[in-house]
Amino acid sequence: MAGDVEDIEIKLLLEALHQSYHYDFRGYAMASLTRRLRTARERLGFATISAMQERLLRDPAFLPQLLDYLTVQVSDLFRDPAYFLTLRETVLPHLRTYPSLKLWIAGCGAGEELYSFVLMFREEGLEERTLFYATDINPAALARAQAGVYDLQRFQLFTENHRRAGGKSSLSDYYTAAYGAAAFDKSLRSNVVFSDHSLATDAVFSEMQLISCRNVLIYFDPALQGRALGLFRDSLAPRGFLGLGARETLRFSAHADDFEEFARDERIYRLKARR
Amino acid sequence: MTRLRAVVVGASAGAIEALRSILPGLPADFPAPVLVVVHVPPDRRSLIAQVLQPHCALALREAEDKEPALPGTVYFAPPDYHLLVERDGRLSLSSEAPVLFSRPSIDVLFETAAEAFGAATAAVVLSGASSDGALGAARIARAGGAVFVQTPETAAATAMPRAALNACPGALALTPSHIAQVLLQAVLK
Repeated sequence: MAGDVEDIEIKLLLEALHQSYHYDFRGYAMASLTRRLRTARERLGFATISAMQERLLRDPAFLPQLLDYLTVQVSDLFRDPAYFLTLRETVLPHLRTYPSLKLWIAGCGAGEELYSFVLMFREEGLEERTLFYATDINPAALARAQAGVYDLQRFQLFTENHRRAGGKSSLSDYYTAAYGAAAFDKSLRSNVVFSDHSLATDAVFSEMQLISCRNVLIYFDPALQGRALGLFRDSLAPRGFLGLGARETLRFSAHADDFEEFARDERIYRLKARR
Repeated sequence: MTRLRAVVVGASAGAIEALRSILPGLPADFPAPVLVVVHVPPDRRSLIAQVLQPHCALALREAEDKEPALPGTVYFAPPDYHLLVERDGRLSLSSEAPVLFSRPSIDVLFETAAEAFGAATAAVVLSGASSDGALGAARIARAGGAVFVQTPETAAATAMPRAALNACPGALALTPSHIAQVLLQAVLK
């Protein structure tokens, strides 16, 4: 059966990726990972997944190309405006009581979510006391996040989302447009630390008041989701907040009991007091 | 046909009308999950499940990531997410790029269902104005599953049923109420 052969090829490629380059995709949900690997195989011009694996093992320069297929970097500024509006109205009043804050955007992709947070924190007068950690496993995505340059055509949606998210200023004050692209002001990155971090293999690195990890866990299988959620629990300050994607839930997780629902519809959870 | 493990349904323009003629025909103890992709705008909430629920014995709702697909339940793909089936029968969501301009994509659901359930899959392609679902239905047919297509004459938009019929020569073209009947017969076998 061709399907069975491909299953073996995919397992071997993920093993090669892990052993040679320490990228661990073995705990990813297979349905969408399989689709992304097939797309990569077709578009990069390989006859088989095995042929792609051989190239990967022999040619380190091929790794970034494959990583761009394996990681999903689809987001928008203030994606799901209601999420940000709820954070602004109900979570930020709690955060305001802290003299200093740490926020972690886990799986920041190309940075849209990061800039949404920095903008919101600036508008709310919280940016200066906040350290923003933006992490991802894909160095190319981190470089895009660090550059903060996006297609100008996207800014119509960005502006609308910003407004619906309760934006208090004009988005156009924060970017400069030229040649069909727009770059966010570098001052927005003053308090941002960009870092390579894997939810599959890395550990706790600081104590956060708020972690936002949206549309990342959906690509993990239940065991890896459990690892990541355990990492979030251990990374949160007492009574810290966790924001997930609009369709992600703690309901099927072993860590569900460690959190309480803070804003159910917006998937914002809060760490219960430790006993 | 092997004992049915899942029914997968794709619909676009004219979806509500067609689903209105199929889902109420399935009893609460229908022994397979029904997974549905309807092309909807990417807003936060879709009202399809709520609109159809009062007419249905099955439980209708939007799918949550990694939940097991259970019999007696109709799972709708949430707006702005692809709905996929894992090999162990759990449902996955994904916000990867749209396929044929659609997220959710019918082809993505159908292809992953073909791999998870093989010949135990029944695909239903309903009214719609694109060609989404045709490739996925062909995959299900190749895996030995059954493909039922709404007769173009009864569809508000004919492109999607026609594309599916072209892609799957073995597909049965039926009116929506007949589709409910053949699904019932399929599970009673």
